[in-house]
Amino acid sequence: MTSLSLRRIGAMVARYLYVLRSSWPRIAELIYWPAIQMFTWGFLQTYINGQASAAGLAGRFAVAAGTLIGALLLWDSLFRAQLGFSLSFLEEMWSRNMANLLMSPLRPFEFVAALMAMSLIRLAIGILPVTGLAFLFFGFNLWGLGLAVAAFFANLVLTSWAIGLFVSGLVLRNGMGAESIAWSILFFVMPFACVYYPVATLPHWLQWVAWSLPPTYVFEGLRALLVAHAFRADLMFEGLGINAFLLAFGAVAFLALLDSARRAGSLLQMGE
Amino acid sequence: MNETIHSASMTGAASPVAAAISARALRKTFKKVVAVDSVSFDIALGSTTALLGGNGAGKTTTIGMIMGLILPTSGRVSVLGADMARERHRVLARMNFESPYVDMPHRLTVRQNLKVFAGLYGVADAAKRIAEIAQSLALEDFLDRQAGKLSAGQKTRVALAKALINEPDVLLLDEPTASLDPDTADWVRSRLEDYRRKRGATILLASHNMAEVERLCDRVIMLKAGRIVDDGAPAALIAKYGRDNLEQVFLDIARGRGAS
Repeated sequence: MTSLSLRRIGAMVARYLYVLRSSWPRIAELIYWPAIQMFTWGFLQTYINGQASAAGLAGRFAVAAGTLIGALLLWDSLFRAQLGFSLSFLEEMWSRNMANLLMSPLRPFEFVAALMAMSLIRLAIGILPVTGLAFLFFGFNLWGLGLAVAAFFANLVLTSWAIGLFVSGLVLRNGMGAESIAWSILFFVMPFACVYYPVATLPHWLQWVAWSLPPTYVFEGLRALLVAHAFRADLMFEGLGINAFLLAFGAVAFLALLDSARRAGSLLQMGE
Repeated sequence: MNETIHSASMTGAASPVAAAISARALRKTFKKVVAVDSVSFDIALGSTTALLGGNGAGKTTTIGMIMGLILPTSGRVSVLGADMARERHRVLARMNFESPYVDMPHRLTVRQNLKVFAGLYGVADAAKRIAEIAQSLALEDFLDRQAGKLSAGQKTRVALAKALINEPDVLLLDEPTASLDPDTADWVRSRLEDYRRKRGATILLASHNMAEVERLCDRVIMLKAGRIVDDGAPAALIAKYGRDNLEQVFLDIARGRGAS
C-alpha cells in the first residue's frame, strides 16, 4: 500500500491556489460576504446598545449584542470552512477534471487532505480580515477571547469537514443535481444549532436534536464565555466527541458513495 | 511485475504473450441493461489495439473498467498484473489516458496544469519534463495561456501532453482525434506513433475513425452490443470479410453481415 504523499497533496493545493490567484473577484468574494454580514450585525449591535443605553439597560443588552456579533463570526467561520471544502471539490466537477484525478495516482484520502487544507486557507482569507474590521468598527475582539477561540474553531472546522465529505460523496454519486446541497445544508442545521439563542429557547422535544449537533456546543460555549465569563471545557470536549463520530461517518460515507459511483459508472460522465 | 500468459484468439490459436492488459469474462450491467458481456482479451505489451464498435457497443464502459473507474459486475481486468478493481493504485503511476469528454481546469494555464499533473504522477523533474513535452507537442507558444482559451486542436495537444507527462507504459485513448481537422489529427497520430516507438508503450484506443485505426493499430477488437464479435489484425479482418478497408468491415459487422 502506497503511503500518503505530501507531494500529491501539495499538487492539489497548488491547483486550487492557481484558481484563486487567477481571479481577484474570487478572492474579494471570500471577504465580501462575511464583511457584509458583520457590518449588518455590527450596526444592529450599535442600535441595540443605543436603545438600551437610553432605557438604562446598557450593560445587559451590550452583552447580548456581543454574543450576536461573536455568534455571527463563528457561524460564518463554519459556513466558510464548509464552502471552502465543498467548492474546491465542485471545482473539479465544473471543470470536468474528476476523471483525470481519479485515474491519477492521487488517493482519496490525499484528495480529501487537499480539500481540508483549502477549507482552512479559504476560511483564513475570508474571516481574518473581517475579525479585524469587527474590532476596528465595533470594538468586538474575537481574538481577545483567548484559547477558547481555538477550541471554538477546532470544533467548527471539524464539523465543516464532516459535512463537506458527506456532500462531496453525494455529488460524486448523484452528479451535479446534488450541487445545491453544498450551499443549503448548513442553513438546514442553523435553527437547531442555536447560533443566536440558547438551547433552552427550543421546545423540549427539539433540544435533543440541538445537542446532537457539534456547533450547538460552540455557540453555548460562546454565550457562557461572554455572559458568565466561564470557559466551558466540558462543552468543547462533548462537541469534539460528536465531531469525531461525524467525521468518521463522513469519511465512510464518502468512500462508500465513491464506490457506489464506480459501480454505477457515473465517474466518467462527471460534469457533463 | 508483468504476467506472461496465453492469449486465445477467436480462432482458438494460443500464443504466449506478455499481457499489458488482461480482461477475463468481463460483464457490466446497469440495472437491466447489459453494457458489456463475457468480454475477454489480452493486450500484448508494446502493441497498439483498437476497440471498435458503434454507439452503445460497450467501448467506453470497457475502457472505464480497465481504468478502474467502473467496477465490473463480474469478471476481472488487470493492468500490468494489478487487479484494477482492488489494487489499481499499484499501477496508476504507470498509466495515463486521454478523452475528449474529460477536460483540464480551464482557469489554469497550460503550464500550471502540467505542473499539477506532474506532481500527481510523481514526475522527478517536472520543469524539464514540461519543457520536453512542450517542445515535442509544440506547446511553447501557449504554455502560459489559460487552458479554457485554447482552440480545439490546442486543447487536444494539451490533453495529450497531460497523458504523456509521466511517460506511461500503458496509454488509454478515447477518440484521440475526435473533432480535429485532418491536418491536426494526422499530426496527433504521428506523435502517438513516435511515442510508442520510442517508449515501447502499450496503447489501447477507442475510435470511430477507421483510417486512424488502420494506420495506428496492430490489432482490432470489434464490439457489438457489449460482446466481442471479431478480433484480429486490420489487414486480416479486411481479408476475412473480403473488403477493401476497415470501414467496410465495420459496416458489415454493424449491419449483421458475416465474414465472406
